[in-house]
Amino acid sequence: MMEIFARFGRNVLDILEEIGSASILLYRSVLGGPYLLQRPALVANQAFQIGVKSLPLVLVVSMFTGAVSAWQAAYQFRGIISMDFLGAAVSAALLIELSPVLTGLVVAGRVGASIAAELGTMRVTEQIDALETLAIDPVHYLASPRITAGWTMLPVLIVFSSLLAHLGAFAVANTMLGVSAGTFFGSVQKYFSLRNVYSGLVKALVFGGGTALIGCSIGFRTKGGAVGVGEATIRAFVYSSAFILIADYILSIFLF
Amino acid sequence: MIEIRRIRKSFGGKPVLKGVSIDITEDSATVLIGRSGCGKTVLLRILIGLLRPDEGQVIVDGEDLSTLSRKALFRMRKKFGMLFQGAALFDSMTVGENISLALREHTDLPRTEIAKKVREKLDLVGLGGVEDRMPSELSGGMKKRVGLARALIMDPKYVLYDEPTTGLDPETADAINELIGGTGRRLGIASVVVTHDLVSARRIGDRFAMISDGHIVFEGTPDAFQACQKPAVRRFINGAGLDMEGRG
Repeated sequence: MMEIFARFGRNVLDILEEIGSASILLYRSVLGGPYLLQRPALVANQAFQIGVKSLPLVLVVSMFTGAVSAWQAAYQFRGIISMDFLGAAVSAALLIELSPVLTGLVVAGRVGASIAAELGTMRVTEQIDALETLAIDPVHYLASPRITAGWTMLPVLIVFSSLLAHLGAFAVANTMLGVSAGTFFGSVQKYFSLRNVYSGLVKALVFGGGTALIGCSIGFRTKGGAVGVGEATIRAFVYSSAFILIADYILSIFLF
Repeated sequence: MIEIRRIRKSFGGKPVLKGVSIDITEDSATVLIGRSGCGKTVLLRILIGLLRPDEGQVIVDGEDLSTLSRKALFRMRKKFGMLFQGAALFDSMTVGENISLALREHTDLPRTEIAKKVREKLDLVGLGGVEDRMPSELSGGMKKRVGLARALIMDPKYVLYDEPTTGLDPETADAINELIGGTGRRLGIASVVVTHDLVSARRIGDRFAMISDGHIVFEGTPDAFQACQKPAVRRFINGAGLDMEGRG
C-alpha cells in the first residue's frame, strides 16, 4: 500500500518538476525575443519544419475528420432535426473543437516528439554543451525559434485544416446524404460566427506554443543515451497530448 | 590565468571532488590525469561553467565564475575553446557551418572573410577542402580535427580538451597529440587536457596534475611525475604499464 502511495507521490513530483522546468524555459525563451529579431532565419527554418512539413498529414486528417463529423451528425439528426442544419452544426464543431484539437494532437505526435528527440540527442551527444562553450545560449538558439514557430504556425495549420474539414464534410453530405451545395454552405453561412473562428485560433496558438515548449523542455533535460532519447520522445508526446486536452477544457470555459 | 580554489562537487550524495585547487597559467599545457571516473572531466566542465561546483571558486583572469550573471558567463566563454570527447559536432550542419557558427553569431564579418577563416583553421588541423561534408561522413580522427578547428575559430586564450584521443587508433591518436601540442605552442594558447592515457599526456603536456580520491595528489613536470614515489601515482603508472621515458 505504501509503495502505491510512494509511486503516486513520485509521479506527482515528476509532473510538478516538468511544469517548473517548462515555466523557467518559457521565461528564458521569451528573453530570447531580441536575439530572434536579429536572426529571423532561425524562426523561418523552424516554421518550415513545424508548419509546412506537417501540412500534408494535417490535411489528410482534417479531410476525414470533416467527413466523419458529417456522417455522425447526420446519424444523430435523423428523424429529429432537418438536414438543412447539417452544415451549420458540423461547421461549428469543426471550427471550435475538432480542427484545433485534432490538428494539435497531430502536431504533438509529429512535432513535439521530434523536437524532444532532436534536442535530446543533442543533449546526450554534448552538442548543447558545445553550443554553450561557443558562448551561444542554447535556449535562445534552439528553444526560442521552435516555440515561436509552434505558436505562430499552428493557427496557420488550423486555417487549412478547417477549410479541408469543411470540404470533407460537404463531400459526404453531398454524395452520401443528398444535401445540396446550396443547402450545406447556406447553412454554414447563416449560422457562421466569427467568435467560433477566433476561439479556434486562440486554442491553436496555445496548443502550438505549449507543444513546442514541452518538446524543448523534455529534450533539454534528456539523460542516458539512446534509451533516454526514446523515453523523452514518448514523454513529450504523452505530456503534449495531455496538455492539449486539459488546455482545451480550460480555454473553452474562458472563451464561451 | 585560471585559479581553481577548493572545488567540491558531489553527485547524488557521492563526493567526486573534495577540495581541488590548481592554477592554470598562460602559455602552459596542463594535463589532468587520473583513473576513469576520478572527476577529471567534472573539473573541466566546472572550469568552463558547464557545471557549478558545490563549493569553491574558479577565477578566470580575475573574475569569479560563480558571481557572474548568465550573460557575463557567456561573454567569459569567448575566451575558451573546448574539444569534446566525441567531438560533439552539430550533426545537422556541414563542417564549414560547424566551424563558422561562433563567427556568425558573435561577429559582423562578411561571408567571404568567414569562409577564409574557416579554411585557415581547417588547414591548421590538416583537413583542407572538407567544408561541405557532413559530420556523419567523417572518421573519428577527422571529427576530432574539425572539433579542434571549431574550438580555435575565435582565437581563444584557453582551450580545454576532454579525452582527445579516446577511441582513436594509435597512429591517429599520435597525430592528434602532435596537433594539440603543436597548435598550443604555435598559437600561444593555454591548454588543459583531460586524459587517462599517459602516452598522450607525455606528448602534449608540460605540466601534470593527477586527481585521485577527489584530491590533487601530484602537480609538477612530466619528469617529476615519473619519479614521484607517492603510492597513488605509482599505482597509476604501474597500472598503465608504461615506462614513459621509453614510450614518450
